[in-house]
Amino acid sequence: MATDTQSAAEASGPGMPQLDFSTWGNQIFWLVITLVVIYLILSRVALPRIASVLAERQGTITNDIAAAEDLKAKAQEAEAAYDKALIDARAEAGRIVAETKAGIQADLDKAIATADTKIAAKAAEGEKVIAEIRAGALDNVKVVAKDTAKEIVAAMGGKADAKSITAAVTARMKG
Amino acid sequence: MASEAQGAETGGLEFHPMDQFNIESLFGGPIAWYTPTNAALWMGLAILAVIGLMVLTTSKRSVVPSRGQSVAELAYGFVYKMVEDVSGKDGVVYFPYIMTLFMFIVCANFLGLIPMSFTTTSHFAVTVVLAMAVFLTVTVLGFVKNGTKFLGLFWVSSAPLALRPILAIIEVISYFVRPVSHSIRLAGNVMAGHAVIKVFAGFAAIAVVSPIAIAGIVAMYALEILVSFIQAYVFTILTCVYLKDALHPSH
Repeated sequence: MATDTQSAAEASGPGMPQLDFSTWGNQIFWLVITLVVIYLILSRVALPRIASVLAERQGTITNDIAAAEDLKAKAQEAEAAYDKALIDARAEAGRIVAETKAGIQADLDKAIATADTKIAAKAAEGEKVIAEIRAGALDNVKVVAKDTAKEIVAAMGGKADAKSITAAVTARMKG
Repeated sequence: MASEAQGAETGGLEFHPMDQFNIESLFGGPIAWYTPTNAALWMGLAILAVIGLMVLTTSKRSVVPSRGQSVAELAYGFVYKMVEDVSGKDGVVYFPYIMTLFMFIVCANFLGLIPMSFTTTSHFAVTVVLAMAVFLTVTVLGFVKNGTKFLGLFWVSSAPLALRPILAIIEVISYFVRPVSHSIRLAGNVMAGHAVIKVFAGFAAIAVVSPIAIAGIVAMYALEILVSFIQAYVFTILTCVYLKDALHPSH
């Protein structure tokens, strides 16, 4: 190993090429050029470009989130509108039911009223007939009473004229 | 690597774990400061990797990212959040600089894991420049932003008065050790891992131990993948911590 390093040292001067200061100037020259070139590439092209891409992406993400929120709000609005329509429809249905019920009730009332008047008319007619019959019956009673009175008077042996009997019966019946 | 193959052929064990770190001119000839070397080549490839990772993947600018774009965005978010959390809101201004450091180190580390490649971040020349750049920037920034109040960083006002001068000396020393530890930590970790893999590879020439050696290479390689990222992360987060000290020097 020792002889090896010795031979290597003989071949290339000092043991460590890093410490061969004769090459430093060369390396530093090229290094400075390299660093300046890399700096120019990065600061003029690469870094602004990447920064703009990142900013653009951030903007896109923000916009997308805003759009999503908009759509969500719209969906909620639509849901609210749907709910409102449902409630309206229910109210409308209730109203129609109530209206129909009221209409039927009115018809019913009307029909009942008609029926009532008809019944009342029929009843009045019936009462009239009964009154006629009653009056007729009273007249018959008068006739029967006259006849009966005449017969009774005749049977008692009297002779009564029709006129006086009628007057007597009428007076009696009035009383 | 060629010499290693020769060593295996001759039957003897030859270890050249450090040869992989040699700086070589791409087209031969002596190495002057402007010579295109393997270090220059792999730094250039790191630039291409950064372009591929951060520019080409994001070219569509899609809101729903592709795989590549997610990686780029992840890297961006990772470093951005680190800067924001550690350095505070006013540290975000320096985010491109820190991102440059992170992207270079992470790309260089991972490119270095390609077999036969050259790892630029294993060289102190590279990491010292990176660390000194951070150190000098942060120190200048501290004085520019806070004036003499920046020296309050070394004056631990929460400690007993008698202890404060001693603590101040310790704080000053630790402050100046920062660039050393900052640079050696990165280069040392990367270099050590690569050297150990090379040593295992040398043992693989012996038939009897080669299965163990190869298993060792695999295990070390897995560890190195982890180290590549973690060292880039550590370098970056320490940069953020130093930046925080410069922006808010009070303890």
